[in-house]
Amino acid sequence: MRVRTVPQRGLTLEYMMWLFTRLSGLALIGVALFGIGMAFFYGARNQIDMITAFRWMFFPNHYHIEAAADTILDFDKWTTDLWQIMQLLVLFFGVTHGINGLRVVGEDYIGGPLKRLFWRGFIFLAWIFVLIVAVYVAIKA
Amino acid sequence: MAFGKNIGLKGMQYHGGGPMLVWLFHRVSGLGMIIFVSLHVLASFFTYVVVTGSDFVVKINDIYESWPFQLFIYFCVMFHALNGLRIILMDLWPQFLKYQREAISLEWGIFLPAYGFIVYFTLQKVL
Repeated sequence: MRVRTVPQRGLTLEYMMWLFTRLSGLALIGVALFGIGMAFFYGARNQIDMITAFRWMFFPNHYHIEAAADTILDFDKWTTDLWQIMQLLVLFFGVTHGINGLRVVGEDYIGGPLKRLFWRGFIFLAWIFVLIVAVYVAIKA
Repeated sequence: MAFGKNIGLKGMQYHGGGPMLVWLFHRVSGLGMIIFVSLHVLASFFTYVVVTGSDFVVKINDIYESWPFQLFIYFCVMFHALNGLRIILMDLWPQFLKYQREAISLEWGIFLPAYGFIVYFTLQKVL
């Protein structure tokens, strides 16, 4: 563990990310509850199984529920623009929340301004990379 | 915090009790999800975009589709979500911080039955 410097007051990166972590966490829980609610609503008539509903809750992409394709009669409902937007919301909030968490955990162990600069540079590149690849895959798949 | 000293594993001697345990689990579950999501995104990228059905992708898929890994991921997601919700509530209404330990007990009271439910259904499917 490394000691941290006393933070300056006001609208700093640290404060903004602290706030973002809380808000994106709430947003992710909201999206997940909406997802599992709609999975039960769509799948009620075909007796959707628990695992499929949970996979839909984690990420509302129709490839996620392909294994249950024989019990899902109308795939059109699951592939609308609404779910595309939900996927992008989950990706943006989830990836940013997670990468920022990785930064915070890392900065507990990485001391020195130069090391921290390199760590933040790495985190920024990782964030951009994962976000681009994930959005590309979600839209393409 | 060791005031700049690298204390290594000696940190384990700090008897933080329940709040320290959930702090530790929150970090471990967060890192677990980062590893899982990174593997999953990369595997999907190689499956749908670069090449279909390569050995490399099948091996990665086998890792995270195995039931122990699924149970681990369910633990990570459910614990991280519940504990995160507790942290958010405590941050929004700090006057309830004096009931932190009760909140953690309540959190385990919700988490353990819910997670037990998942473990039961997952094991019923694979065993």
